[in-house]
Amino acid sequence: MAERTFQVYRGSDDEGRLESYTVETDQGMVVLDAIHRIQAEHAPDLAVRWNCKAGKCGSCSCEVNGRPRLTCMTRLSDYGEDEPITVTPMKAFPVIKDLVTDVSQAYRNNASIPRFKPRPRDADDGWRMQQYEIDRAQEMRKCIECFLCQDVCHVLRSHGKHEEFIGPTYLVRTAGYSLNPIDVEDRSEFLRDAGGLGYCNITKCCTEVCPEHITITDNAIIPLKERVVDRFYDPLKALVRLVRRR
Amino acid sequence: MESSVAVRDRGFGKTIRSDRWWLPPLSVAVGLGLFGGYATWAVLQGGNYFADPYLSPLYSPCIAASCPEQIRLFGIEWWPFSPAILMMGVILGFRGTCYYYRKAYYRAYFLDPPACAVGEFRGDRYVGETRLPWVLQNLHRYFLYASIVIWLFLTYDTIHGFFFEDGFGVGVGSIVLLINLVLLSGYWFGCHSLRHLIGGDVDCYSCTLGGKARHKAWKGVSWFNRRHMSWAWFSLVFVCATDLYIRLVAMGVFEDPRLF
Repeated sequence: MAERTFQVYRGSDDEGRLESYTVETDQGMVVLDAIHRIQAEHAPDLAVRWNCKAGKCGSCSCEVNGRPRLTCMTRLSDYGEDEPITVTPMKAFPVIKDLVTDVSQAYRNNASIPRFKPRPRDADDGWRMQQYEIDRAQEMRKCIECFLCQDVCHVLRSHGKHEEFIGPTYLVRTAGYSLNPIDVEDRSEFLRDAGGLGYCNITKCCTEVCPEHITITDNAIIPLKERVVDRFYDPLKALVRLVRRR
Repeated sequence: MESSVAVRDRGFGKTIRSDRWWLPPLSVAVGLGLFGGYATWAVLQGGNYFADPYLSPLYSPCIAASCPEQIRLFGIEWWPFSPAILMMGVILGFRGTCYYYRKAYYRAYFLDPPACAVGEFRGDRYVGETRLPWVLQNLHRYFLYASIVIWLFLTYDTIHGFFFEDGFGVGVGSIVLLINLVLLSGYWFGCHSLRHLIGGDVDCYSCTLGGKARHKAWKGVSWFNRRHMSWAWFSLVFVCATDLYIRLVAMGVFEDPRLF
């Protein structure tokens, strides 16, 4: 047992402060355990969102020492014994209370994505596909919607383009649809216009923070950017399309 | 105890990260400045780029009339400047619109952002790559097409580097040129646009003609692509090192050791 001091954000979106709490910590504890101990011993009104404590529900996303992380997967032993640990809410979203943020804009962005549209069924009334061609789409299905990538994305975090840009989480969702071998929907126009794909300047922070290790930039965003180029910025491809249509 | 740290503040450099977040962008800024600066200087020299049979990769292909006879192509007479400038547009365009280098210089020079979860300038005036000139980054694949031609010439120049006045041989310069070609090829084969064009644009491989072959090609390019950053840096550093080696040999600072 060792004592550790935590600085935790308390307040709302307009007004808040860092408050210090000192609690006993045990070997193997994660940041969320410490937050729960603070709740139990010092601040029963401390608001924090959590659920599975196994890194699979994506609820406990916060910033630990300024870096977006799942608090249930962030061990105290990752930090030096004397290093202060600061826990703050996700900066890209409005704060409801303390560590709880309002992510409803992200869900509105999700609703704007053209839905999955499968091709007509095969002769045996199903869809046949090979494992090797579904692998790319399955990587995107690992997303737990923790919004850490939305939080770290500077387009949303620093420039506040929540209305114009759907963000990495939903670019992963879009890639999951578009890379699926039975999907036939063309989402290029949506991505260029309403999806705001051009706002992404591929600085890869989303990939760095993803707790599911989805290679967001290389396997989702850049392939989608290239599909937009195919459709709108490549005169050779346009010529090929024209010839094929005739 | 309360602290007055304004953790919700936005603005340049605002962060509560306590690590040395400024070190990676600073290293990239210095690295790109150093090697980009050297390459620019070397390209503008217009001399000491050929030490028979070695041609500096920065001057390949040598298509101006001022190029030495052994390696001259086309012999464009109206060009009064360094012959390397003629090809620099393609090389600069290819690297400048490369998805890795974009990340590198947006972070290091435009501080957009300087590092993950660190505040930056501009606020809501940010337009990303939606408008000119940055929307032109979408032309990356055209620079890829043009660079294929340069890559073919580089391959020829590397082979040429093994043929001396007395026939086939191997000098240190031949090995240097070969390593340079391997590194440039690794960088080229990991290109994100190539990865898309070679098979990434296919959704259903089993319902496309040649789909399996394209999937295999896509997997091959993906292997290089996973290490694109490393290939980008190694090839950049080594192309400068190759030019420097040939330049020093051409200047007579030392002789190229002949291995056999």
